[in-house]
Amino acid sequence: MTPESPRAPDDGNGGAHGGVTAGHYYGHGMPYLSIANYPGKIIAIESTDGVGRTTQIRLLREWLEVQGYGVVETEWTRSALMQPTIEMAKSSNTLNKLTFVLLYACDFADRLEKEIIPALKAGFIVLADRYIYTAIARAGVRGVDSEWIRRLYGFAIAPHLVFYLKLDAEALARRVLEAGGMDYWESGMDMKAGDDIFDNFRNYQRQLLKEYSSMADEFGFRVLDGRKSVNWIQEELRRQIGEFLGESGAKAATATQD
Amino acid sequence: MFVVEGIDGSGKTTQLSLLAKWLASTGQRVFVTEWNSSALVKAATKSGKKKNTLTPMTFSLLHATDFADRLLYKIIPPLKAGMIVLADRYAYTAFARDAARGVDRNWVRDLYSFAVRPDLAVYFKVPIDVSLDRLLARRVKLKFYEAGMDLGWSTNPTESFRLFQSKVLEEYEDIVPEFDLGVIKASASITEQQRQFRDMVSKILEVPKHDARESTRA
Repeated sequence: MTPESPRAPDDGNGGAHGGVTAGHYYGHGMPYLSIANYPGKIIAIESTDGVGRTTQIRLLREWLEVQGYGVVETEWTRSALMQPTIEMAKSSNTLNKLTFVLLYACDFADRLEKEIIPALKAGFIVLADRYIYTAIARAGVRGVDSEWIRRLYGFAIAPHLVFYLKLDAEALARRVLEAGGMDYWESGMDMKAGDDIFDNFRNYQRQLLKEYSSMADEFGFRVLDGRKSVNWIQEELRRQIGEFLGESGAKAATATQD
Repeated sequence: MFVVEGIDGSGKTTQLSLLAKWLASTGQRVFVTEWNSSALVKAATKSGKKKNTLTPMTFSLLHATDFADRLLYKIIPPLKAGMIVLADRYAYTAFARDAARGVDRNWVRDLYSFAVRPDLAVYFKVPIDVSLDRLLARRVKLKFYEAGMDLGWSTNPTESFRLFQSKVLEEYEDIVPEFDLGVIKASASITEQQRQFRDMVSKILEVPKHDARESTRA
């Protein structure tokens, strides 16, 4: 087993896989932290960058709060503990793929224990701006063993809903250029494929899209067409989330007043 | 690669440095690496420790990140260059500590499956009271995480150390057969332990045996 591509042993399970009940740990979880029967919900929105994910989350939050739901947002790589370290490592280019993957996992663990789980316990709806699938996709493109990374995220909680805003690499490239240009990391420049940032961006994003596609069935993504308008996507998100919250008995404040 | 394992106060660091002296004297090129010494995550560990905000999970993942960094930059290159790497603690430390903190045992083992297997790992087995006596005699202040103070089992550092490290010792008892660790009783004299250690290493290096007393006197 080479240090460059970690491989997990073949026996047993305990990793992040589909078929896990929403609101439960994907795998071994954190044995010291029971999360049984917490009333909150996790709704994750995934996409590559530039698809308008953050705008959609802002609109969703507004809509949910108007209905009386408590909402907590959590964003990938935004933990108080790890953000400075990740930024430092990115700026100095000292990250190799293994430490990259582990730093993200550490960041997620910090947010999971300090933001997400307390919010679920208190009955909030957690809107996750990216979730573990981002980490799995990025690691996959960089050649990290897919089984190992799934086991690593065995401590994650399976969300109640996962939306994936899908946009092809060409349309994405135009949007990102219009929005201000291509970013070193989003172009996979760390993978040292060459100096042409456009080619790298397109190739990197294509590989990411492939990783996301392969996860769609496994983790039950609800796929939405990212080429549609902001309003169309928002309406669709609201329709599906509204349906889910109605079924799960988490009735809106306005609805119970009727 | 040779590894020493054991809790604080087990004398493993002393034993490793005596081994390094001996190996160097036989003309071997030796590289020593310690647990938790890489630059990359020192900043995060420090801020986390200062604010006392690490959870068992983030503690585990931070150390794994640190280990990965050290493995790729400090352990693999000297091994490839034909040097002997001496590691003061290795993945087994994570297996013991993280499990004692309540992290899933199988998860930690999977996490570290990228590690290179050492040629020999020796566990310095010490009763908890001996370890505590040694540490207190040196008047060292027991470290917050080393004493398991983050778990809130006791507000008294000495008592917390005793409770937490007893758990760690229990974990090592399972790790020894699982990963075929050599065991040296840390209750024997320093010279006697070193003699046993050199015997074990000699079998792997196939170099002529040295009498420990001879070498240490030299």
